[in-house]
Parts: sequence; structure tokens; C-alpha cells
Amino acid sequence: MYRYDEFDATLVAERIAQFRGQIDRRLSGDLTEDQFKPLRLMNGLYLQLHAYMLRVAIPYGLLSSRQLRRLADVARRYDKGYGHFTTRQNIQYNWPALKDAGDLLTDLAKDEMHAIQTSGNCIRNVTADQYAGVVADEIADPRPYAEMIRQWSSFHPEFAFLPRKFKIAVTGSDNDRAAVKFHDIGLQLIKNDVGALGFKVIVGGGLGRTPFIGPTIREFLPVDQMLSYLEAILRVYNLQGRRDNQYKARIKILVNAVGADGFRDLVEKEWATLNQNEIDLPKEEMVRISNYFEPPAYEDLSAESEALDGARAQDPAFDRWVRSNVVAHKVSGYAIANISLKPIGGVPGDATSEQMEIIADLAERYSFDELRTTHEQNLVLADVQKNDLYAVWKILNAHELATPNLGLVSDIIACPGLDYCHLANTRSIPVAQAISNRFADLDNQEELGELKIKISGCINACGHHHVGHIGILGVDKKGEEFYQVTLGGSAAEDAAIGEIVGRGLSSTEVVDAVDKLIAVYREQRNPSERFLDTYRRLGADVFKEALYAAA
Amino acid sequence: MPLLKFEQGEFKSVIAEPLNELALSDWLENPVKADAATALVVPNDVDVETLDRAINSFGAIILEMPKFTDGRAFSQARLLRQRFDYTGEIRARGEILWDQVSFLVRCGVDGFDVSETTKKNIDAALKEFSFVYQTSADGATPVWNIRSKHSAAA
Repeated sequence: MYRYDEFDATLVAERIAQFRGQIDRRLSGDLTEDQFKPLRLMNGLYLQLHAYMLRVAIPYGLLSSRQLRRLADVARRYDKGYGHFTTRQNIQYNWPALKDAGDLLTDLAKDEMHAIQTSGNCIRNVTADQYAGVVADEIADPRPYAEMIRQWSSFHPEFAFLPRKFKIAVTGSDNDRAAVKFHDIGLQLIKNDVGALGFKVIVGGGLGRTPFIGPTIREFLPVDQMLSYLEAILRVYNLQGRRDNQYKARIKILVNAVGADGFRDLVEKEWATLNQNEIDLPKEEMVRISNYFEPPAYEDLSAESEALDGARAQDPAFDRWVRSNVVAHKVSGYAIANISLKPIGGVPGDATSEQMEIIADLAERYSFDELRTTHEQNLVLADVQKNDLYAVWKILNAHELATPNLGLVSDIIACPGLDYCHLANTRSIPVAQAISNRFADLDNQEELGELKIKISGCINACGHHHVGHIGILGVDKKGEEFYQVTLGGSAAEDAAIGEIVGRGLSSTEVVDAVDKLIAVYREQRNPSERFLDTYRRLGADVFKEALYAAA
Repeated sequence: MPLLKFEQGEFKSVIAEPLNELALSDWLENPVKADAATALVVPNDVDVETLDRAINSFGAIILEMPKFTDGRAFSQARLLRQRFDYTGEIRARGEILWDQVSFLVRCGVDGFDVSETTKKNIDAALKEFSFVYQTSADGATPVWNIRSKHSAAA
């Protein structure tokens, strides 16, 4: 993975000093809360319902064991002994005190971490496919480009006060695990007719109150022109994005207003006037950064593992976990092991300090000292020898980290909701917990197959409900919590925005509703058809009837 | 409000000499008005593409920044410097926080009509960061360029 050099380390240290000064100015009254707010947000510090929340960047979801141990230590020292992994592959702490924020950041910096641009109307932490570099379906590794974007976007002088936040995702695969069609900019690595590497450039996707599937504005952008093209997009947005209404300020609104072709023309015209050679990285710097992401020293192993096969035959619980949470690796004898942070009845994405330390130890011992976070709020050990999987599982299992539910009904994305967030209309976490408990039976879950439930506590859609196979949106009706159900969404390569099926339901009704929807699926599905496929084949009506007929 | 100019890497307090200001909209309506004006005032909701004419006849272009959260002036300044090769003073005027000064300088702003609080800290503002990651309108050498020189020397 990328390692900071003296320049990166100096900049992070200087940012902390600057932020400490900003906190002091706020405390002394030099800054008003209105002035302080955008400044603290740009360093990841929110004021929530009950306390400050600090969001720490995990660039493109990549962590070393050392870094995860530091995150565990910070959780213990400055928070209540746990952290929350987010849908932007970051981690957030819900209970730090403002006076401790400087020390917390200084601790993080000891292991090359920070909270730079994890919030605010600037370019946010860039995300990437969590299986980058280890899956066979990949055209090229997206992480070097994500790192180039991280550096270019950090303290970019022109784009620190954008109309609204700005999120970029990069994937190297046709199988989209990074939701590139739902980002302000999505970059998908492709090869052209002559084998050159470039990006398909997707702009103006997003969720929130106005969801859009992003259109492609350029079919092929050579990789070495990436930064100048991004700069052209950002400049058009900075100058022309709406600033009169924060709900219409994202780039998706601009792209939709001028049309994909119109927006492309604006960008291409701007790009043509830029001095691209000054902006784009020279080849040697691209090579320097790419070298950090060279494959680790894999051992020469046979594809089959007797140890694995034996353990699976003898231990059904392990076998189930392998079926659901282990994914094929491109190197013979290795596997990708997903660690679910969705225990039955638990809070999606939470991990205790102890759990983080256990995972850090496993990564160090079994997975080249690295791990990844996912936008679905789970963790990944990307390079585990098949021979070691059973040992890894036993330790995970002893610490409530081996729930075999990846992509299944209880692998729910949920926003923090009204338990933490001052924007929320309703709670999200208790609904996720209730659904998870209702479908706790593991045989049942596995038999249902892939089913993505996503829950947002308000229309800002932090829980990605629009792209849930079943989406649940919390709405406030005269002071009461209600939940609207959407169906048929997908964040993957078959991107779709879910459709609202009818009137809002109470928190108990909504759990029953999921049950009813699943009953329809069970009855109607063809062999090997996912819930989403059945929904697409049959349409919404039969599901609507099941939900509302009796009522 | 205090006026400062940024010259050769440092801020100098200057006494505000009276400028004959011309609003951009007036100029576009009646180009002859430019003859008597010494400064062009550009609101931050203006597409500076429309400035693609004799802007170098103005000694100063004043970018209005009514709200510090509105970052359009940053792009306007870069366009003036880098696309239109404007060489006169670009003055930022309005609600400008100390924390924005180094970014404005990087975008090509060299005149600051700012509050007393911002003025008080303005020298420190430029010293907050030792390196930059990207090129802009200030000619600063980005770290990738320093890195390649290092490795060439090694």
C-alpha cells in the first residue's frame, strides 16, 4: 500500500496545527459558529444530536494492521470503545470531545491517518473497489489512480468551497462493487481497441432526495490525462453548480439541467483550454505511486487445499461461512475473506476496539499486514491462504466476527439515523436490528440468496435506500416515525433506482412488510433467480398487493 | 477595511488609493466607460468567459466575495491569470477568512480587501503549509515535481 513520504507526513502535521488553531479561535470567540462550521467540517468534525462526531479518512478503504490498531486505540482513548465503519469506507467516532480533537488527530497522524476532507463542501475521500488488485475480473488495479486523486484533491486551492460535497469512486472491473454510477464522478478502468488503459468517465450520479444514475460523458480517457480532466469537471461545477438552494447544489442537478451532452461539451471545452501538462502527473510519478501497489510476495500454492476441504467437511459452520463470505482470489491457493460487521441483531458497521485489534492481528499474521473496508460497511482480508482459512475463521468466530451473511438479508446497510444524527426523521439502527433478528435463521438466509436491504433515516439517503433491492426510507408524519418501502434498486453494474411501493408503514409493520415481500419472492421465483431478478421479471404490482391487500 | 498587497512572497499593508471602479455589467453595456476606469468589479456569479476582451487595460480587477462559503472567485481568479494572462492586480473583497488566504494566493489573487481579524493573521496564513500537491496559478512546485528532482539527484 501507499506509504507517506516526508511531504505527505509534513502536510498532515501542518493540517493538525492549523486545525488546533481553528479550534482555539472558536473557543476564544474569534470565529463565530457559522464561520467555524465549514472549517471544522472540512476536517471531519460534525456536531450531532448528542455530541461531536469525528470522521477519519481511510483512503479507498485500505488499512495496515498498524493503522487499525491505532483506530482501536483512539476508540478506547477518546470514544466509548468502538468505532463505526461508514458507507464511504471511512470510520467515524460518535463521542469525542471538542477539546480532545487535536490530540486525537495527532495520535492518528502517528500512523499516517487524518480527517482531511472527510466532510464539508469539498472533494471527499475517494473510494474504490474493495477487491482491488486481488480479483480475476479486474482490468487494472484502481488503487494507484485513487491515490493520485487523493493527493491532487488534498488542499486543492480552487475546489475547497464548492457548491456542495463531491465524491469520486474508482473501479477496475465491469462488476461494479464501487457504485460508480451513483457518485459525483465515477471512473471505470477500461482498455481500448489497441490495449491502452483509460477510464470511462461517469458524472452526475447520486442518491439523496433526487437520485440519478450517472451518465457516461466520456467513453475513453487515457489514464495519464485523468487529473486535468477531473480539474475541468470540477471547474465547470464550481462555476456553474447551483448555490441558491443546497438541495439542488450537487453536480447531478447541473448535469441533469444541461443534459449529459451539454455537460460533456462544457467539460471538453474547459479541458481544451487547460495547460494539461502542468496538471497531469509525469510518467515517473505515476510509476512511483503504482509501485506501492505491486502484488505482495505470494507463495506458489496449488489451487486446491486439502486443509480447507477437510475443515469444510468436518465443520458445517465453517463451511457455511466459506460459502457466503469467501470470494475467489486471482492467485492460486489464496482466497478473499470477508469479515461481516453485521452480527444478527447488531448495529451495522460497528466494531469494538477489541474486535479491531483481533482483526489487525489476523491481517498481520495471515494477509500481508493489510485489510480493506467496504462501502457496504464490512471488512476484508484480501490475501488469505486457503490453508489458513480455518484458523482465521476460528478466531473470527470467537469474537462475533464470523457471521456468514455477506450479501444476504441480514447484511443491511443502515445510516446512523435518529440515534445519532440531527438530520434524521427516524431511527434506522433499530429497524435494521429488528429485520436482522426476524431473519436470524442462517439456513433461511442462505436459501433466500442475495438480497440487499438498505435503510435511510431521512431523504438524504445516507443508508442508500434508493439502491436497495428492498429500500427503507424513514419519514416523519406529524411527529411519528414512518417508513416507506422502495423496491428494485441496485448499486451494481445493473444500476437502478428503487420504486416507492405505497404508503408509509410503522416500524413494526415495516419488518412484517419485508417478510411479506420475501414470501412473494419464495412463491414466485424461478430457480437461481435473485429477489431482484424476480422483482424485475414480475414488476411491482404483485409485491404491492402482498403488502397492502390485507390492510 | 484594510487593504493588503501580496508581492514577492509577502504581504504589505497599503493605503487604499481611490480607484475609479466600473461594474462589469456597465462595461459590457458600454465599453467606452473603460476609458475612465482603473478597476473592474466582477461579481462572483459572472461567467468570466465574457471578459475575453481588453481586460489588461484595467490596473485592477476586483472579485467580490459576499460569502466566504461561495468559492467561485477561486476559479475566476485562476481563469483570469491562466487563461486570459491578466497581469494586473486581482483583488479579493468581501467576507474572506484567514483560512482562505493561502488558497486565494495560489489561485492568483494578490490584493486583499479584508477584515482586521483576517489582516492580523495574514502573514501566518501563508506559512501554514510547506508543500502543495498540485499546480495552480502561483507557480508553486508540486510535491511530485520535488520528488522527481530528489530521485534524479539520488
